[in-house]
Amino acid sequence: MDNHEKKTPLLQTVELQKYFKLRGGSYLHAVDGINLTLNAGETLGVVGESGCGKSTLGRTILKLIQPTGGQILYDGKDITKYSNRQMHPLRREMQIIFQDPYSSIDPRKSVIEVIAEYMIIHKTYRNKNDAFKRAAELMDLVGLARRYTNSYPHELDGGRRQRIGIARALSLNPRFIVCDEPVSALDVSIQAQILNLLMDLQDRLDLAYMFVTHDLSVVKHISDSIMVMYLGRCVELAPSDELFLNPMHPYTKALLASIPEPDLERSRSKKLEIIRGEVTSPIDPKPGCRFAARCEYCTQRCSGSNPEFVETAPGHFVSCFLVNDK
Amino acid sequence: MIFNKKKKAVIPASFESRRDYDGPVLDIQNLRVIYKTDLETVEAINGIDLQIGRGKTFGLVGETGAGKTTTALSILRLLPSITGKILDGKILFNGENLLELSEPQMQAIRGNLISMVFQDPMSALNPVYTVDDQIGEAIRLHNPDYTGEEVENRVDEMLRLVGISPARKSEYPHQFSGGMKQRVVIAMALCCEPELLIADEPTTALDVTIQAQVLAMIRELRDRLGTAMLMITHDLGIVAQTCDDVGVMYAGEIVEAGTAEDVFLGSEHHPYTVGLFDSIPNLTSRAPRLKPIPGLMPDPTALPEGCVFAERCARCMDICRKEHPRVYQNGTHRICCHLYDAGVHEKAQQKEGGAPHGQS
Amino acid sequence: MENNTAAASPQGEFRRPSQAKEIWRRFKKSKGALIGLVLLVLYSQATTQDFANMLGTPSSEHFFGCDGFGRDIFARVIYGGRTSISIALIATVTSCLFGSMLGSIAGFFGGKVDTVIMRSLDIFMSVPDILFTMAVVYALGPNFVNLVIALTLAYFTNYVRLVRAQVLTLSEADYVEASRAGGAGSMRIILTHIIPNSVGVIIVNTTLNVAKIILYESTLSYLGLGMPPPAPEWGAMLSEAREFLRNSPHMMIFPAAAIVLTACAINLVGDGLRDALDPQLKS
Repeated sequence: MDNHEKKTPLLQTVELQKYFKLRGGSYLHAVDGINLTLNAGETLGVVGESGCGKSTLGRTILKLIQPTGGQILYDGKDITKYSNRQMHPLRREMQIIFQDPYSSIDPRKSVIEVIAEYMIIHKTYRNKNDAFKRAAELMDLVGLARRYTNSYPHELDGGRRQRIGIARALSLNPRFIVCDEPVSALDVSIQAQILNLLMDLQDRLDLAYMFVTHDLSVVKHISDSIMVMYLGRCVELAPSDELFLNPMHPYTKALLASIPEPDLERSRSKKLEIIRGEVTSPIDPKPGCRFAARCEYCTQRCSGSNPEFVETAPGHFVSCFLVNDK
Repeated sequence: MIFNKKKKAVIPASFESRRDYDGPVLDIQNLRVIYKTDLETVEAINGIDLQIGRGKTFGLVGETGAGKTTTALSILRLLPSITGKILDGKILFNGENLLELSEPQMQAIRGNLISMVFQDPMSALNPVYTVDDQIGEAIRLHNPDYTGEEVENRVDEMLRLVGISPARKSEYPHQFSGGMKQRVVIAMALCCEPELLIADEPTTALDVTIQAQVLAMIRELRDRLGTAMLMITHDLGIVAQTCDDVGVMYAGEIVEAGTAEDVFLGSEHHPYTVGLFDSIPNLTSRAPRLKPIPGLMPDPTALPEGCVFAERCARCMDICRKEHPRVYQNGTHRICCHLYDAGVHEKAQQKEGGAPHGQS
Repeated sequence: MENNTAAASPQGEFRRPSQAKEIWRRFKKSKGALIGLVLLVLYSQATTQDFANMLGTPSSEHFFGCDGFGRDIFARVIYGGRTSISIALIATVTSCLFGSMLGSIAGFFGGKVDTVIMRSLDIFMSVPDILFTMAVVYALGPNFVNLVIALTLAYFTNYVRLVRAQVLTLSEADYVEASRAGGAGSMRIILTHIIPNSVGVIIVNTTLNVAKIILYESTLSYLGLGMPPPAPEWGAMLSEAREFLRNSPHMMIFPAAAIVLTACAINLVGDGLRDALDPQLKS
C-alpha cells in the first residue's frame, strides 16, 4: 500500500502476522498479512465476526502480543522488534480501551487508584497525590462525578465503569488508542453516551482511534475509514461512506445485508440475503480466498491462490478475484 | 435416558380442550413481580399488560434490568423460589390462569405447550450428552408412549427442520458452533409443537451473519407451525424484522405498546421510545452526534413516585414527578405518558390560570 | 453531566480513608470473627499473666482438675496452648510464604520453570504427610524449630498449587493486560494485582490450615514426636490421658476441647478477615 501523502502516518503495519502455535504443531493464523495506515486524529474501524482476529490485531499493534512476522511502524519508527524496556516510553502514546468494563478493572482498587495507576507506573508526577489530583481532573473530563473517587468498581454500572477505562487510557496523554469493542457490553442508551464521549475526546485531544467492533452501525458512525476482516485477512478497506454505498467484496455485502435495521419499511421490503455456512477454521488454512467456502460467486481459482489486494477506487481496496478481474 | 421413567403428563383437561380457544394465546393482566431479600425489595415488574394473538409474534424491547427476562420467567413460573414473588395479576394462557395451577401441572405445560429458548446456547445444552439424547429426552418427557424408533424419527425430523443434518445427531454440543447449538436449542424447544415459544435474546450471543440465519429460520418455522412467540430483545432491528406487535419496557413497566406499525411508524411516542431510537447509530444517514438518553434507569429498589422515566425525560412536566401516568390508548397503540393525557393538560392550563387544584 | 460533590478538600488533598482502619471497621462487623479473636487473645493473656503463678504453687482450686502427676490441667492446657498455637501459626506463615512464592513464580513465568517446580512438588506429595513429618522430626530431633520445619515442609505444597492456579487465572484477566498496556512490569503486576486478588483464597486456606496443623502437631506429640516430655502440649496430654481414660475422663476432655475451640476460633477469625479484605462486600 503506497503512502502518497508527504507526512508520515502515525501508524502503519506492513504484512503484519500473528500465528499462534497449537498443540500438535499446527498454527492458528489469527492475523495474516495486514497492511493498514492510520493518520493522527483519524479513526480506523475494524469490523469482523468473532474469531476473525480483530482483537488480536489490536493487541499485536500495541505489542501486548509479539507479532510473528511483518512490521509495525509507529511514527515512522519500526517498533516490531522493540523489547519491553524500549516499549515502556511508547506505552504513554499507545493505549487501549477494553471491551468488558467489568473484567478490565481490578475489583480491589478504588476508582481513583485505577485511573492513577498508569501515572504512578510512569512516575509522571513527583508524588502520588499529584497523580490523584490529575486523576480527578480526568474524571471530570470523561463525565464521572467526583463523588465516586473512593468508590469501588462493583458499586458502579457498566457505563460508568467504561468511563473509568477511558479515563485510565487518557491518563498519559496518548496519541493513539485501540478501542476494543468499547460499547458492545453496554445498553443502547449508554452506548450512545460513550460513543459521543469518544468522539468529543477525539476532537479535543486529537486522538487516533483504531475502533475494533462487530457492530457495523457503530463503526460507520465513528470511523473515517473501515477495514473488514475475515479469518485474519483484510478483505476490504475503504473510506466509511464509500464502503456502505459501494461495498465490493461478497463478504462485506453479506455483512451489510445481515444487519437487522430498526426501520420497519426497509426491513419488511428487504429480502434477507443470507450467506450460508459458518466461519471456517483459521488453523493452517489452505491458500486461496478465506471466504471461498461460503461465497456464492466462488470459482475454481478462488481456492487456488490468494487474491491480490487491489485499489479499485481512491482509497478503496478489495481482495477478491471477482472485483480484481474487472 | 435422563428422567424419562413413564411420568404421565398431567396437563389439565381444560387445556387440551382449549386448543381451539379463540382468544389470545397469552394474556397477561396487571402482573406485578418483586424480588425480596432480607436487605431490599426489587420491584421488577410493576403492573404490565400484554396480549399475544394466535400465531403472532410479540417483541418485548428494553434495556438490561427492565424486567424482560422476569416477565418470561413469570409466565413459566420459574422465578427463583426464595426471592421471586408474584404479587398480583393474572397470566392467562388460552384463558386459563397459569398462576393458579399446581407445580405438576406447570411441569406438564413447560416444554409442551410453552417452551423457552435462552440467550446462551452454550449453557442451555448439557455438555455430557449427545444432541440426539437431549432432543430425545425433551420428546420422551412429554410423549411417554413413544417407542424408541418414533423418538429417533422425531429427532431426525426436528434436526432437519432447523437445518442440521441428522447425520450429526450423535455428536456432542462442543462439536457444534454457536449458531448450530442455538439451532439445537430451538429444535428442543419446538419438538413438542408448543403453542407459545418464548425466545429470550436468542441471537445475542451470535455473530451477525449467523444471527441472520437463525432469525430467518425462526420466522420460517413460526410461519410453518403457527406458533405464537414472545421475542425478548434489546435490538430494535430484530423487532422490526420479526415482530407483529411490540412492547417497550422500562423499569418494570411497558411504557409503550402496539403493533409494529404503531411503534415504528406512528406519530405519537413515549419519550423513552424516542430516546431509544435516537440512541442507535443509523446506517442510512450520518448524523454527527447521537442523541443519548441522559442518566440511568432508576434504582428498582426505590422507584420514583411519579413516572419512572421522569428523571431522564426531556419533556418532563411537574405532574410527571408526582403522579403515575395513565395509559393513553389510540386504537391498538397504548402509551403510558402524561403528555398524551388530555385531562392533565386541562389541569395544567387550569393551574396556569390560577385555578385551585387538588391532587392526591 | 453529574453533580460534583467533591471528595477533594479545599486544598485539593485527597482524604483517602486509611486502609487499616477500613479493614478493621469491616472486620468488626462479623460477630463470629470478633468472638474468635477474643478467644485467641484470652489464650495468650492467660498464659502471660498467670502461668508463673499456676505452675509455681498449685492451689487447692484446680479448675480442670489434676493429671496423673498432680499437675494442674488448666495451667497445662493454657501453657500447652501457647506451644501448640505458636508452632501452628509459625508453620502456617512459613509454609504460606514459601508456597505462595513458588506458586506465583511457577504460574507467572510458566514454561520450564513451571515444569521443574511442579514436578518436584509431585515428588514431595507422593510421600504421605504423616510419614514425611515423622521422618523429618525423627531425623532432626523433636524440638520447637524442627517441628516447625517438618510441618512447613508437609504443608507448603498446598499453597504452591493454590497460588499457581490463582495466578494462572488472574494473569489472563483483562485488568492485568490493562496494567501491562500501561507499562507495568511483572513484579508490579504480581504485587499490585495478582496477590491482592488472591488474598481471599489464601486466607481461607490458611485458617483451615492453622486448625489442621494444630491437630497434626497434636497427632505428632500423641505419637511421642512432639515437644520433649516435660513441656505441656495438647497432643502429649491426650496421649498421657489415654491410660486414665476410664477413671478420670476430664484429663482427656479438657485438652481435646481446647483443640476444638482453638480450631473454631481461628476459622472464625479467618472468615472475618477474608470478608474484611474484600471491598466487594463492603457496605
